[in-house]
Amino acid sequence: MPEITIDGKKIEFAQGMTILEAARSVGGDLVPPTMCYYSKLKDTGGYCRTCIVKVESESVKNPRALPKPVASCRTLAQDGMVVKNQTSPEIQEARAGIVEFLLINHPLDCPVCDQAGECSLQDLGYEHGKMNTRYEFERREFPQKDIGDKIKLHMNRCILCYRCVKTADQITDGRVHGVCSRGDVAEISTYIEKAIDNDFSGNIIDVCPVGALTDRTFRFKSRVWFTKPVDAHRNCDKCCGKVRLWYKGEEILRVTARKDMYGEVEEWICNECRFEKKRTTDWQIEGPSQIDRHSVISANHYRTPAMKKDLSNMILNSGIDASVSSADLTDKA
Amino acid sequence: MAKKILFEHIDKPGIRHLEAYRQHGGYKAVEKALQAMSPAEVVSEVITSGLRGRGGAGFQTGTKWNFLAKPEGVPRYLVCNADESEPGTFKDRYLMEKIPHMLIEGMIVSSFALGVNTAYIYIRGEYFYLYNIMEEAIAEAYKAGWLGQNICNSGYNLELHMHIGAGAYICGEETALLESLEGKRGNPRIKPPFPAVAGLYGCPTVVNNVETIAAVPYIVNFGGEHYASIGIGKSTGTKLISASGHIKKPGVYEIELGLPVEEFIYSDEYCGGIRNDNELKAVVAGGSSVPILPKDLILKTADGHPRLMSYESMADGGFTTGTMLGSGGFIVMDHTTSIVTNLHTFARFYHHESCGQCSPCREGTGWMEKILHKILDGHGTLSDIDLLWDIQAGIEGKTICALGDAAAWPVASAIRHFRAEFESYIKDPAASRTFSHYDEKYKVHNVDAQS
Repeated sequence: MPEITIDGKKIEFAQGMTILEAARSVGGDLVPPTMCYYSKLKDTGGYCRTCIVKVESESVKNPRALPKPVASCRTLAQDGMVVKNQTSPEIQEARAGIVEFLLINHPLDCPVCDQAGECSLQDLGYEHGKMNTRYEFERREFPQKDIGDKIKLHMNRCILCYRCVKTADQITDGRVHGVCSRGDVAEISTYIEKAIDNDFSGNIIDVCPVGALTDRTFRFKSRVWFTKPVDAHRNCDKCCGKVRLWYKGEEILRVTARKDMYGEVEEWICNECRFEKKRTTDWQIEGPSQIDRHSVISANHYRTPAMKKDLSNMILNSGIDASVSSADLTDKA
Repeated sequence: MAKKILFEHIDKPGIRHLEAYRQHGGYKAVEKALQAMSPAEVVSEVITSGLRGRGGAGFQTGTKWNFLAKPEGVPRYLVCNADESEPGTFKDRYLMEKIPHMLIEGMIVSSFALGVNTAYIYIRGEYFYLYNIMEEAIAEAYKAGWLGQNICNSGYNLELHMHIGAGAYICGEETALLESLEGKRGNPRIKPPFPAVAGLYGCPTVVNNVETIAAVPYIVNFGGEHYASIGIGKSTGTKLISASGHIKKPGVYEIELGLPVEEFIYSDEYCGGIRNDNELKAVVAGGSSVPILPKDLILKTADGHPRLMSYESMADGGFTTGTMLGSGGFIVMDHTTSIVTNLHTFARFYHHESCGQCSPCREGTGWMEKILHKILDGHGTLSDIDLLWDIQAGIEGKTICALGDAAAWPVASAIRHFRAEFESYIKDPAASRTFSHYDEKYKVHNVDAQS
């Protein structure tokens, strides 16, 4: 098997994998962050430049260093390639610069944004950003556009990752939205304010890394970290029917697709499952979702197996009445 | 008189039309190539000639042609990049306006060499009047049998199409050009794959500049070795230079590569010196995106040799003390020019023309323009200069296409060489706006501070 070295760690990969895919195959800190790449879609990536890495040696055959940092999501891994991500201060600095660029025109309205808590840009800013902004001009604003009664487009928050455009191209029958205009006034828009309406259009909400596309049926209902995710399924003739329900108390506030550790959906779901099935009786409940990446949700409300042990230890060792049942802990949301 | 290749017959009456062009030896290269040479021989002549891409990057044309993938059963394309939109460059316009058949002849010979049966000329939207001239010339060529089926009874067929862009600078980037030609949004593609493997409609494609293709007939007629004997070192042949700015005789000049810059600016044959006999301040030597150089560095390299109009000599010293020949857009500034104002104009241009695809360029170009605007308005602070430097460093080399670099280099070089002027503008904006900025101190370039 060909081998690539990322941050000093040797990784075996299959021919045709990108640097990012090779890194994700082992996981951990050496995986570059991404904003526009989406493994479930074709031809994504290359736009946001957050996943840039330094290539110190291109391959066994051609051991020269590349003069510029490359986008790891679009660069094929080669045998004998030596890549630096976390270990290169230059890349860390460049990435911080890119986060700064992404944030200068972002409205930073996280307090009222439905995406807050599960926003890739928040995570990126927290992990790789700078302490303060040097931008002192007015932030860019777009007029609000109505794209239908189910999906809310908030263009000011958009980082132009093109994921929703690719989703509409590859998952749905016809794409009615795209990128209009050029440069820093480029915007996601439907041509002449058309509604985005087809059976799978709701998936563009799930792929959006920021709060630019949000679920109108969930709008301002709750902060995501006050809802608790439960995996469920139903027999759906349009999609796989495997979803994640977000409960607050007894009420299902929203339905999303199940996402993996990189925040990417596992299987696409249809609009009927997403927007219309909001009663527990519509679903067969599988159990609490395992969420590790956005720990704010799982830590407050869920006991993953590891936590359960910690909690029982805590309870036993602190001498608190151990009669508190596990059910009490889980269900009080 | 220096050697003229492209401009030899440019002033002959009626040269725009086929009849006169033919009288002056036009289409001889087509006859020679199609009847007496094989495609591989044409390619090898171009390789021998050492011809380099005239669009800006200066890549060896023969090597580029050699890279073209040749899978069975897949068409190949030749696309001529006539989307000449680099500020300060207007050579292709002149060539197409005056002598359109030269480009068509070059297209036929190049297409033959590459085994291409469908070729395109992508012309920028603002050149709509040239579109008509070119269409007329192509119609003439079709009528006379230089295009179409069985050209010169050689059995070779070529269809040549014109396509007019919609006026976006980014469509001069070869992959954005191909996207635009396919009818899509003009966003640069992520490379690899390069056009030589998957270009227009996913097929192997060569994209060449107008001037490059127009030089091919001469190479076929007189041989690659003869062409290589013109010029200096690896910069062979002649180059069209679009001279503009504060010179006595702005215009398009054909120079033999290797001409000293000093001679080009001051001799009567070319620019004729600085207007009103003012003092030379700075030169942008290859179109707005290449680094600006102050007088002492453009006339002489850092180690004291005279700087020549050639790819190597212009790049001497890297970006610290050198620049690039680029597309040959030679913008001369005299001592009354404000570098800050000039830089703002460039920054505004790149802000307007960024395609918005990748984040550093989309956000950074606008930010730089806003800061420069603030400085021009008299509200600048000294830390803004460092911020500008950081922003350009954050863009350079981190974008999909070269527009990011093109936006970053002018800012970097202006700060590198003219930092003092930025400082004086910030400290006393009112005086800076009325007073001519030329000062002895600008001759001492500020290399160490920012390299």
